[in-house]
Amino acid sequence: MHVLAASSAGVGLFFQQIENGVTIGAIYALVSLGYTLVYGIIELINFAHGDVFMWSTIVTLTVAQLLHFDHVLGGFALVGALLLLLIIGIATSALLNVGIERVAYRPLRRAPRLIPLISAIGVSFILENVAQLWKGANSIAYPVFFPTDAITLGNVTIPFLDIFIFVLAVVLMVGLNVFITRTRLGRAMRATAQDPEAAALMGVNINRTISVTFLIGGALAGAAGVIYSMYSNSVIFNSGFELGLIAFTAAVLGGIGNVQGAVLGGFLIGIIESLATQYVPNGIAWSQGIAFAILILILIFRPSGLLGQQVPDKV
Amino acid sequence: MTNQPVMDGQTVPPANAPATPLLAINSMTKQFGGLTAVDDVTLDIKRGQIFSIIGPNGAGKTTVFNLITGIYKPTRGQILLNGRSLGGKTPDVVLRAGIARTFQNIRLFNNMTVFENVLVGLHTKLHGDLISVIFRPPYYRSAEKRARERAMELLSFFGPSMVALKDEYASNLSYAYRRRVEVARAMASSPQMLLLDEPTAGMNDSETAEAIGYIQQLRAQYGVTIMLIEHKLQVTMGISDQIAVLDYGKKIAEGVPAEIQRNEQVIEAYLGRKAPVE
Repeated sequence: MHVLAASSAGVGLFFQQIENGVTIGAIYALVSLGYTLVYGIIELINFAHGDVFMWSTIVTLTVAQLLHFDHVLGGFALVGALLLLLIIGIATSALLNVGIERVAYRPLRRAPRLIPLISAIGVSFILENVAQLWKGANSIAYPVFFPTDAITLGNVTIPFLDIFIFVLAVVLMVGLNVFITRTRLGRAMRATAQDPEAAALMGVNINRTISVTFLIGGALAGAAGVIYSMYSNSVIFNSGFELGLIAFTAAVLGGIGNVQGAVLGGFLIGIIESLATQYVPNGIAWSQGIAFAILILILIFRPSGLLGQQVPDKV
Repeated sequence: MTNQPVMDGQTVPPANAPATPLLAINSMTKQFGGLTAVDDVTLDIKRGQIFSIIGPNGAGKTTVFNLITGIYKPTRGQILLNGRSLGGKTPDVVLRAGIARTFQNIRLFNNMTVFENVLVGLHTKLHGDLISVIFRPPYYRSAEKRARERAMELLSFFGPSMVALKDEYASNLSYAYRRRVEVARAMASSPQMLLLDEPTAGMNDSETAEAIGYIQQLRAQYGVTIMLIEHKLQVTMGISDQIAVLDYGKKIAEGVPAEIQRNEQVIEAYLGRKAPVE
């Protein structure tokens, strides 16, 4: 009897951690897409991408504070608040990302590959420093305005917020997929990723296509910033560093340059992290260490990532 | 985005020529460091011609194509399309001005289907601003529909077997079919001028004969002017209106096929050059 009860509670805990992992994994996946899209098209690790995400969190925090979103909203007020924050967060990160490419990467496109990488690290520091000057070094509580109710399935609690995060992330990912596979700009992006010179000779404006890629990657990170703040209830100037590293890792795990891979990698890292928190003694302290250890193992056996293809050398 | 190529308005006087050539290349030179890959080459390609460039390996033929299409910028000299300068234009602007090309080593987008490859060729015919992509207004939909019809038409130009392969990934096609997809993709932009870089390379005799057939049919059906780089003399001699011969970057001869076949310098360049003295 006792054993049965314990095991049923155990199953509940397991699925609770899966639920947690899927939610944070959805956020990782959105950020990870920005790394993979940019890498796919110009083979640059955009180290500033995590900070582009962070800027969405601090700008939308400011807006939420100004508009006093400090009590739980409902109905149209809630929908309006969410739409407003999403639009502002997405616009902030998208335009910031396009601007960074224009100023810090484009002039270096023909430089040796290490040079734009250093430029990206530099941009990352600048974005963090400016954010710290503006918001200070401490974490700031993010106002709670989303209903805190939850539904319960067996022993698993699923907050409404987690459902919102998951649905929004999936809608954005499906939208991205439709964009890439069905539209002229999406085709131009894929063509440019495969052979920029041949794409240009088909009339594709390469600079513009690269700008669109940064715009979309930034927009996804901006949306992620809004929901991450609501999820973690706090905002800090350096949040983009750690989250960016995890999302970058997710992109590599899935196969960098591969869009489906980034999504898979994001969810996998989220879930592994959550399970580690639960099942490894004192796991909360080193859940990321465990996640990365697993990552290293996977990459030893599949160096091009889970969905990455073994690409022959470029001619 | 404008569909009009940005031109610098530079025009040349009609000179005394009876008709302005479609493409005029005037004293074009390209140096890479100390190497002169193209040396003071002048070519006039008239509208409706099939114009071939021949010459031994390394003679600078592909470099000429790369200069025309904006991949390289000429060190000296002019390139004029319909009397307007193309010098220094980027490849996408040259394409919009009306020059499309294929590559010596086929460069299809291998992770895309045959149909998608041709659709990329139709890039300039479609609306691409984010607003129309998101809201899909009627003009956007009708342009997409026309593009798809055009892509199908171009594939059917190469026969029902090509149409049947439309959803196949480009990388899965046989060599001869990949060449055809590349031509269909280049023709998608409705160019005034089509540059074919060794369209029969690696093909057997029957495939070569088919390729000769479709090159002639392209001109007849679409009125496109064709510039050809070709190693097989039976191809160039059979279909060219005019042939220019390059050797070490210099034009050593130009004329109709019969003239080229008799030209001593050409015969020497092809058959009997003595090894350079060490």
